[in-house]
Amino acid sequence: MAEKKEQVPRTPMPEQKPEVRRRNFEEVPLGYAAEVARIEASRCLQCKKPSCVQGCPVNVNIPAFIQHIAEGDFAKAVFQLWEDNSLPAVCGRVCPQENQCEGKCILGKKGDPVAIGNLERFTADWARAEKDLPLPPVAPKTGKKVAVVGSGPGSLTVAGDLIRKGHEVTVYEAFHKPGGVLVYGIPEFRLPKEIVASEVNFLERLGVKVECNVVVGSTVTVDELLEDEGFDAVYLGVGAGLPRFVGVPGENLIGVYSANEYLTRANLMKGYLFPEYDTPLIKGDHVCVFGGGNVAMDSLRTAMRMGCDDVKCVYRRSEEELPARGEEIHHAKDEGIQFFILHAPLRFIGDDDDRLVAVELQEMELGEPDESGRRRPEPIPGSVKTIDCDLAIIAIGSGANPLITRTTPGLEVNKWGYIEADDDGKTKKAKVWAGGDIVTGAATVIKAAGAGRTAANSMHRYLSWGW
Amino acid sequence: MHKILSKRELAQGTVVENEIEAPRIAAKAKPGQFIILRVNETGERIPLTMADSDPKRGTITIIYQVVGKTTALLKSLEVMDSIMDIAGPLGTPTPIENKGTVICVGGGTGVAVLHPITRGMHQAGNKVIGIIGARTKDLLIMEDKMEKATDELYVCTDDGSYGHHGFVTDVLREQLTKLGSAVKEAVCIGPVPMMKFCCAVTKEFGVPTMVSLNAIMVDGTGMCGCCRVQVGEETKFACVDGPEFNGHKVDFDGLSKRLTAYTPQEKEAMNLYEKKCACETQG
Ligand SMILES: Cc1cc2nc3c(=O)[nH]c(=O)nc-3n(C[C@H](O)[C@H](O)[C@H](O)COP(=O)(O)OP(=O)(O)OC[C@H]3O[C@@H](n4cnc5c(N)ncnc54)[C@H](O)[C@@H]3O)c2cc1C
Ligand SMILES: Cc1cc2nc3c(=O)[nH]c(=O)nc-3n(C[C@H](O)[C@H](O)[C@H](O)COP(=O)(O)OP(=O)(O)OC[C@H]3O[C@@H](n4cnc5c(N)ncnc54)[C@H](O)[C@@H]3O)c2cc1C
Ligand code: SF4
Ligand code: SF4
Ligand code: FES
Repeated sequence: MAEKKEQVPRTPMPEQKPEVRRRNFEEVPLGYAAEVARIEASRCLQCKKPSCVQGCPVNVNIPAFIQHIAEGDFAKAVFQLWEDNSLPAVCGRVCPQENQCEGKCILGKKGDPVAIGNLERFTADWARAEKDLPLPPVAPKTGKKVAVVGSGPGSLTVAGDLIRKGHEVTVYEAFHKPGGVLVYGIPEFRLPKEIVASEVNFLERLGVKVECNVVVGSTVTVDELLEDEGFDAVYLGVGAGLPRFVGVPGENLIGVYSANEYLTRANLMKGYLFPEYDTPLIKGDHVCVFGGGNVAMDSLRTAMRMGCDDVKCVYRRSEEELPARGEEIHHAKDEGIQFFILHAPLRFIGDDDDRLVAVELQEMELGEPDESGRRRPEPIPGSVKTIDCDLAIIAIGSGANPLITRTTPGLEVNKWGYIEADDDGKTKKAKVWAGGDIVTGAATVIKAAGAGRTAANSMHRYLSWGW
Repeated sequence: MHKILSKRELAQGTVVENEIEAPRIAAKAKPGQFIILRVNETGERIPLTMADSDPKRGTITIIYQVVGKTTALLKSLEVMDSIMDIAGPLGTPTPIENKGTVICVGGGTGVAVLHPITRGMHQAGNKVIGIIGARTKDLLIMEDKMEKATDELYVCTDDGSYGHHGFVTDVLREQLTKLGSAVKEAVCIGPVPMMKFCCAVTKEFGVPTMVSLNAIMVDGTGMCGCCRVQVGEETKFACVDGPEFNGHKVDFDGLSKRLTAYTPQEKEAMNLYEKKCACETQG
């Protein structure tokens, strides 16, 4: 029987054509139709010991939800998904499936794995369009109050879980819109903002209060939330929002951006719609993005959509080591982005007005493996070149913003400034939990959501039993 | 949503003062801190200093010069209209201690930023010498409030239409010469060139000088790096490490240039806005 099923090939995701999409901000993959989803779902072998589930950081019961799709019962499929993952519409789009669930799917050994991400996305999109879907049950009020700081995927998960368990939940977000990286970092063409808004709206319908423009640590401190505002517990999901620069000369020239700034201007502020929206976003003629992760791919593809024809990804290691999702790299290449592998910036060069005009690059080669196990890039002596560049975006990672930790006595941080929390997300400070990027360093949406779920369970135990 | 409770035009309508409802922020505001506001859904986030705050009324006061699209849009709002988003208080508060004698120098709209600091210095027991200036008499703001917040106040106009004919730097030099080492600190806030020249003067006299930098900002919480300025050997983020810095170390020329990053786009936005306003009044 397994043999027979394998003969159905994986259904490719329909997508906007590269030559069209490279100049618009609409979503690239178009989604499966219901019949197509059922065919793709029927490829799953319903393994007794499903290895795909182990590949998923939150162990979504993949065969179960796929079975419901195959049977055409999409409502059951979505309720099944929600049991393990509060944000399936988001995860179906942005999880690095090839390293997680799909990377472990048994079918991948010989041919193509089941398109788990696409199916997850299909189910969640179906549910969003389905107006009559009942709201999940909410437990009777416990009278306990929880403050959730930040509104990224971790925080949204905590808010959703705890409101359903009967606690009162208020989310505080520093920006004027909730969603964390999902709204300020990941571009519209990968994750339409309407989806994030609908996730937040869903929580609000369950009773979660969302207060934006509250910078915890400054507008109100964690201790004030606990002591003056009567919260019984606090969750910190403030992300890893500190930009990292390379530290080479010329980095303060006009035209050199952190990816955080470039993407915030583009996504949160909708700079790509300037002048309809007021926040300007520079369109470069020669763009270099430094780094090779998802953040770099998002910056590259945004620059391309702003109308630039010369967009380069400058990465100091080799192509195999590009940390971005496979799909993103593949999309970027199709859209005409050039890859300058094994190059690192030495110096940014400006004109008399301090506007960036060029960048000096050092060519690298791979040496011995470093602490990360990857071969260390080393400069090739004498191999330096200067290329035109009027927009440089630094996407080499981010660190912990010290705003919260500095103003919250009793929290402990590690040497990189990330908050110390145990396996339950409990910090060293009583009544305070933390999770997501502020604990682990920059990671993934589903890891943050998973950390949120674990913390929510622990917080619920504490709120119910006092431990 | 934050309701505007009062509106007053200063300096012939080039500067506007608003008192705005923002109870959470008012409860926390300290001299030297600022807010970031967004007027409406399509608006830009812009930083403005809190010229005053009243925790009891739950209000903050901003005083801003109309220089481009966002400030023009803000000026178009009337009492009882609302501003969509306000976040704050942001930035490190001014360290205010009793040091002895301090000189507070303000130019243009910088006087609005300077006033709460001056008042704080005065309340802390310092002898405060104030020097404020404007291009011309009609553009001078807050003379009365600065009068109250200082022991001695000197007024300058570039064109001599009022007070001392000349720049604030002239009076600053006079006072430093007269008072010598009695002056423990100078605070200089205004246009970048003014701060630069004031710092050159105070450096000659070896008087520590604090300036407040108006770098372009987006989030105001240290997550984007847009507001970076060169201070000595270090790159600092004006929104969290500042906005106040040791003026003797600031790279003012670099700051001036970074402030021109979006000049063409700012012009475009302003032109479109003026055209739209013109159409609306005609129609
Ligand atoms: C450009 C980009 C692309 C990415 N692409 C992918 C991808 O394709 N797949 C994937 O799985 N992961 C991706 N990631 C990583 C993923 O988005 C993050 O790991 C995840 O969002 C972390 O979630 P979090 O809950 O820790 O909070 P975050 O999403 O980081 O949100 C934190 C929120 O807290 C707010 N905040 C911070 N400080 C305060 C404060 N003091 N008071 C109040 N609020 C505060 C912030 O404004 C922010 O909204 C990407 C990240 C970026 C930046
Ligand atoms: C910490 C801080 C406190 C400030 N306090 C005051 C104040 O109390 N009163 C006051 O009149 N002004 C203040 N400013 C300056 C004020 O933010 C700008 O005048 C305002 O942003 C101009 O916006 P606009 O759209 O009207 O003009 P635009 O046409 O967009 O710009 C005019 C000039 O303002 C500057 N500017 C533009 N956008 C920004 C931005 N997002 N952030 C900062 N500067 C920008 C640029 O130098 C630009 O050349 C402060 C700035 C900072 C950084
Ligand atoms: S949450 Fe992500 S990793 Fe888990 S099953 Fe869904 S797409 Fe795969
Ligand atoms: S490993 Fe693949 S085939 Fe097996 S249950 Fe999971 S998705 Fe289905
Ligand atoms: S404004 Fe973004 S870091 Fe200062």
